[in-house]
Amino acid sequence: MNDKMFEKANELSVQQVDVYTDTRDLLAHARVNARRRGFQDWFICDVDAHHVETVHWHEIIEYIEDPVIREQALMYQKERIGAPPYGLNGDLGLRYQDVGGRIPHQSGQREKTEPGVHRDVTLTRRAMESLGVDVMVVFPTPMLFLGLHPQPEMEVWLGRAYNRWLIERILSADDRIKTMIYLPFNSPDEAVRMVEEFGDAPGVIGFCITSTRHKAVHHNDYMKLYAMIEERGKPLSFHAGYHWQDPSLATVNRFLGMHALGFAWCNIVHMTNWVLNGIPERFPKLKSIWIESGLAWVPFLMQRLDDQYLMRSSEAPHLKRLPSEYMREHCWYTTQPMETHNKKALANTLEMINAETQLLYASDWPHFDFDLPQEISDLPFLSEQAKRNILGLNAARIFGLDTTLRKSL
Amino acid sequence: MAEYLVCGVDDIPEPGHRVVQCGEAEIGVFRFGGEFHAWHNSCAHRQGPVCQGRLYHRVVEPLANDGTVRMLAHDPERLHIVCPWHGYEFDVVTGQSPGDGSLKLRRVELRVQDGEIYAVL
Ligand code: FES
Repeated sequence: MNDKMFEKANELSVQQVDVYTDTRDLLAHARVNARRRGFQDWFICDVDAHHVETVHWHEIIEYIEDPVIREQALMYQKERIGAPPYGLNGDLGLRYQDVGGRIPHQSGQREKTEPGVHRDVTLTRRAMESLGVDVMVVFPTPMLFLGLHPQPEMEVWLGRAYNRWLIERILSADDRIKTMIYLPFNSPDEAVRMVEEFGDAPGVIGFCITSTRHKAVHHNDYMKLYAMIEERGKPLSFHAGYHWQDPSLATVNRFLGMHALGFAWCNIVHMTNWVLNGIPERFPKLKSIWIESGLAWVPFLMQRLDDQYLMRSSEAPHLKRLPSEYMREHCWYTTQPMETHNKKALANTLEMINAETQLLYASDWPHFDFDLPQEISDLPFLSEQAKRNILGLNAARIFGLDTTLRKSL
Repeated sequence: MAEYLVCGVDDIPEPGHRVVQCGEAEIGVFRFGGEFHAWHNSCAHRQGPVCQGRLYHRVVEPLANDGTVRMLAHDPERLHIVCPWHGYEFDVVTGQSPGDGSLKLRRVELRVQDGEIYAVL
């Protein structure tokens, strides 16, 4: 007999998280954390979250404009087994993301959803309510590799279909869900057409170039596109990704190494071209956002380019100031995956990029390296105003968002 | 200090774990190597539900005498609980992260008596 008084402990309903776990259960601690930090009164915009568009690929391919390709895609989706979704090239790395099942939400989200509301709308709402987010900007996942597809047409066919599907089926269902539409950047004229066609659609707050591609962002072919986007006033984002087949990563054998380098590398290359070719001078009102490369690469590149530029300024004649000044004033950055382990280095990074005005919170939910809003609010070296700016007010300013609080925590 | 009856010792498989609510606290009770250890269900990284993760033996890469490697292996002596949020791993016996010993889970005292496990909080 036990001689002490005791209570009986209650078993938690989720003993072990798996791919069927409800987002709200998995993120229950995030919601508690958000409540404790008083986020109910903070406008929070998550500038980079994802959905897995391939789950609804059968819906998306119905929006392919070309009737022959559409028929091909529909037949393929209906009858082929054991092959990836129609038209997608993907990357080898995709099969390692969940670390052998250790991070189930990265493998899949097979939780139950109610009929009558699109599944991706429900999952996005659940994430918003759990993280304490008012506005969530969603991006696709395997389509991030589409810029490497050997057929540039495929990017146009699928990019356009995806944009139409997203606007009609997802964004129209909830005005808290936004996107920056996919631009088929390998086909400049089609990218222009995409801006014209979808640029003013409800929920479209900007334009996205997926960064894994071998195209020179400074090529004359793109000037018309940049001019158009500048005139519209909506930002242009470069969403990073990795590409394990890139020759520069050919010797990297661990996914973690490839992922750590790949996500930064593509944007390092594009930013270098962007700045040294004077795009910010040519289009001074064009707002560029650099997404999902973390932040540590920014001070590195600022220092490298500044030092080299001063020795060889004749090679970058458009520049009237240091490369770092363009990077600080004309470019915005999303936080995730924020390198937090060395707080001193992080403080320095945030100062160098002028985080108070240029930094935008992003979760990257549901990916394995997602960040919570508390990453920002818990930083000891930022003022409350800076934290509020980063978590939502900077995004509100550059996207023209209504800052009415929409969540209930 | 309060005591909570978690379950009977036979209710947790070897190896295995059970996650329970004790008043305000969520805790995970782990059985490994014939011992029981309990940790708060709050990850040392971002307070994620670490104890609701999956269990994996620590991964090692044995070195041959000449410094070469051939394959990975599981260390049967070390069991890790893996936080399902971002994958941080913690030794279920020491509560420590293998990569950074200063990252630790918070221990909960257990008392085993008459085939029952009690958590002391
Ligand atoms: S909260 Fe546990 S790994 Fe991040």
